[in-house]
Amino acid sequence: MGRPVAIIGVGQTKHGRRMDVSYPDLVREAVLRVFEDTGLTPDDIDGVVSGTMPSMMEGVALTHFYFADAMQAVGKPIMKTETCGSTGVSIAHTAFYWVSSGMADIVLAVGHEKMNEGDSQATMTTVAEPFYQHYFAAGAPGVFSMQSRLWADRYGISEEKIRDAAAYISKTHHDSAFDNPYAHVKVKVTIEDVKNSKIISSPVRLLDVCPNSDGACAVIFASEEAVHKLGREKVAWVRGIGFRGEEYYFGDSDKVVWQSAIQAAKEAYDQAGIKDPKKDLDVAEVYNPFTFQEMMFYECFGFCGFGEAPDMVLGGAFARGGQLPCAPSGGTLCTNPIGATGLIRVAEAALQVMGKAGDHQIPGAKMALGHAMGGIDQFNGVMIVGSEF
Amino acid sequence: MAKEFKTLLNQITLPYELAYGATWTRFFEGMKEKKIYGTKCSKCGRVLVPARTFCPQCFVDADQWLEVSQEGTLLTWSYANYRYFGMPTDPPFISAMILLDGTDVGFLHLVAGFDLDDFDVVRQKVKTGMKVKAVWEDDRKGHIMDISYFEPL
Ligand SMILES: [Zn+2]
Repeated sequence: MGRPVAIIGVGQTKHGRRMDVSYPDLVREAVLRVFEDTGLTPDDIDGVVSGTMPSMMEGVALTHFYFADAMQAVGKPIMKTETCGSTGVSIAHTAFYWVSSGMADIVLAVGHEKMNEGDSQATMTTVAEPFYQHYFAAGAPGVFSMQSRLWADRYGISEEKIRDAAAYISKTHHDSAFDNPYAHVKVKVTIEDVKNSKIISSPVRLLDVCPNSDGACAVIFASEEAVHKLGREKVAWVRGIGFRGEEYYFGDSDKVVWQSAIQAAKEAYDQAGIKDPKKDLDVAEVYNPFTFQEMMFYECFGFCGFGEAPDMVLGGAFARGGQLPCAPSGGTLCTNPIGATGLIRVAEAALQVMGKAGDHQIPGAKMALGHAMGGIDQFNGVMIVGSEF
Repeated sequence: MAKEFKTLLNQITLPYELAYGATWTRFFEGMKEKKIYGTKCSKCGRVLVPARTFCPQCFVDADQWLEVSQEGTLLTWSYANYRYFGMPTDPPFISAMILLDGTDVGFLHLVAGFDLDDFDVVRQKVKTGMKVKAVWEDDRKGHIMDISYFEPL
């Protein structure tokens, strides 16, 4: 895996509808926080990685140029990494490669999005080419609801059980968001509220779906040498990374026994020496823009068997006090500035193993998984961090 | 509390002229004649639809053309009743993944041909695994929407 790399600090904006700041000022808010968190200055940074959703989201192309000042990238090498919803994890991977390869010692990774400035569903539909899929990929909810129905029918899971499990997930994540100072949606919801909320794209209802958020996240990756030189004790060592894609067309590959998710996790597990993820991981920040899809990830990541997730969810296995707490930050379901989202998952995993997650800390967490998915169910990326190397 | 700041309204409209190339051209010529064309991979033998230049798994030319069935099985579907800017299909509509008889990949299109306004009616009518059949436009332009939709059989 190259030389050891650690996350030494993270910075997040307050996520939400942020029409109070311009886009570069929003990015700077996260960058200032990571410098505050690490005690480093822009002079310490060897290179900068940045990423977002497609340019149509805000109508400005090549935003890493636009944000060169806000990320203090002047006079440094800069890279942009873009893989749709999994952008944030890809940014983390890029920063990791850069440090692990020995080409840099300290790298700043920044993910950012301002989803309230444009039309997010229209932007996402441009991921589908205009010859064929564009007409039927009805934004993200349409695609994900097709996928969840495929899953439910494959394993004969009753609509009632799925609805109960999805509502449980939605309620518990909305509760958790209150413990995360940076989370976007902070509303108390009941199981009944979720089950009775407006249908967006059956079976997906309003409270099964993430919001459109504005936000940025900044993370600093450092080499083992830099960690020792800086005298840092509490860091999050990168223990494993995995990324996989599959065919472009939605109908070409199986989205239930979903190989990109399964293989990305397996690659990261093998590197981290994880044999039984449910036991070996202490917390997982699974990418969960949709309640239903979160359950499919549990299965693909080996947290439970295929078709078993709803029962496990209803038994509390993945709740804050359960065997493997998932998304204690409130997750993507409550906060989704897409270009930042995957990096927030990695940042939250890092905060957990550094013992710095505050009110949503999972006590004693030593090994944590961060994950994101991108494209029309096409890409999955995973990063596992640990308190020890 | 939070001070309100001004916003700038901006709109970017760009025209594009996208090349179909040989494969899409032949596929859409077929649509004009109410034919759905697929191509068969010479290596794995899968029948891919819409027709492809090459098999995405084997990376060899998929140059054996065949007209595929206009009937198939509904693999999954979703009901959309929301709208976004530039949405190409008017809601409410049902996006569907259909396994056309004799093919090996899911084909995306719409399911319709009955009242779509009431979701409870839709839920009674649309079942995964049901058989569906293509319904064509009278005025066909060589476009994916030359098939109006697939109707339940
Ligand atoms: Zn093949």
